[in-house]
Amino acid sequence: MSEISVNRELDLKGEVCPFTFVKSKLILEQMEPGEVLKVILDYKPSVENVPKSMREEGQEVLEIKEVGDNLWEVIVRKVK
Amino acid sequence: MSFQFTEEQIKRYSRHIILPEVGGKGQEKLLNSKVLVIGAGGLGSPALYYLAAAGVGTIGIVDFDVVDFSNLQRQILHNTSRVGKPKVESAKMTLEELNPDVNVIAHNERIHKGNVLDIIKDYDVVLDGSDNFPTRFLVNDACYFLDKPLVSAAILRFEGQLTTFDYRNKEESPCYRCLFPEPPPPGLVPSCQEAGLLGVVGGIMGTLQANEALKLILDIGEPLVGKLLIFDALGTEFNVVKLRKDKKCPLCGENPVIKELIEYDQESCDIRF
Repeated sequence: MSEISVNRELDLKGEVCPFTFVKSKLILEQMEPGEVLKVILDYKPSVENVPKSMREEGQEVLEIKEVGDNLWEVIVRKVK
Repeated sequence: MSFQFTEEQIKRYSRHIILPEVGGKGQEKLLNSKVLVIGAGGLGSPALYYLAAAGVGTIGIVDFDVVDFSNLQRQILHNTSRVGKPKVESAKMTLEELNPDVNVIAHNERIHKGNVLDIIKDYDVVLDGSDNFPTRFLVNDACYFLDKPLVSAAILRFEGQLTTFDYRNKEESPCYRCLFPEPPPPGLVPSCQEAGLLGVVGGIMGTLQANEALKLILDIGEPLVGKLLIFDALGTEFNVVKLRKDKKCPLCGENPVIKELIEYDQESCDIRF
C-alpha cells in the first residue's frame, strides 16, 4: 500500500475536544482543495469526533490509525 | 496570508469556528467588521453585549445621556455604581472587560444633522436603538444617503418591532420612510417613560438586532429585509408582516423630495427616559 502524501501535519498532542477539531479546521481553511492534512491526536474521544465533524463539513477522511500507545493519526483531504 | 488567532481567541471563538457557516474565515470577518449602535439603552445594551462577545472588532456607540437608576431595569450594560456616569463610558467599560479584542469607540454626543454622516460613514452596519423620532429619521436618512445597512428596532410596553433596511440594495429594500413617511405629531406615540416597558422586551429585540448585524457581516441566512417582525411578550408570539417599497416614499420613491438631511424639532417630540 502506498503512503498518502501529506501536505501539512498538525501535532495536537495534549489538546482535547472541541479544540482538536477547531484547530484542525483552522489549518484546513488555509489549505487548498485536494491537499491533505495529517492530525496527530492523543485524546481518544477526538479520534472519533474530529473525523465525524470533518465529514459533516464535507471533507474526506482518508485514514484513521493508531500509531502508538494512546496515539492516533487522522488524515483528511480538503474537499471544500 | 490568513488570520492568525491566538490561543485565547481560538478558545473564545471556538463555538463560532465550529459552525460551518462561520469558521475561522467568518470569525476573521467579524474581527475586521465595524458596527455602530445608536443608543446604549434598552435595545443597545443587549445588542452591544452580544456584538462584543461575538468579536465584532470595532464597535461605535452613540449616546449623550448619563446612567440613571430608572435605566437599570433593562439597560444591562450599566450597573448601580455607574449611575451618573456617561452611558457610553459605562458601556465601554463593560464591553472591554468582556472582550479585549473589541475596540470600542464612544461617541458621547447628541446625534444631529451636522455630525451624523461623519459618525456613520466608517461603519459597515448601523443599529438603531434610539428613543426618539428625530434621531430615528435622521439616522435612517443618513444610512440611506451613505448606502449603509440599518437594523431598526423599537420597543414599548409589551411589544417589540424589528426590521432591516439594506441600503446597499436600494432597489429591493424598503426604507424607514416607506413605513413612516414622517415623524408622528408630538404626543401621539407615548414614550416608554409614559407608557412603561417590560425590560426583557428590550433584551429580546436588541438581541435580534445583533443577530441581524452578525448575519449581514457574515453574509449568511436571510436578513429581515422587506419584513417587519412584531413580538408580543404577553402572548409570546412573533408575527412577520411584509413591508413593501412605497413608490410615493418621500425618500426612496419614484419622485423623492428628500434629498438632504432633515432635522426635526427635538423639543416638540423628544422622548426622554
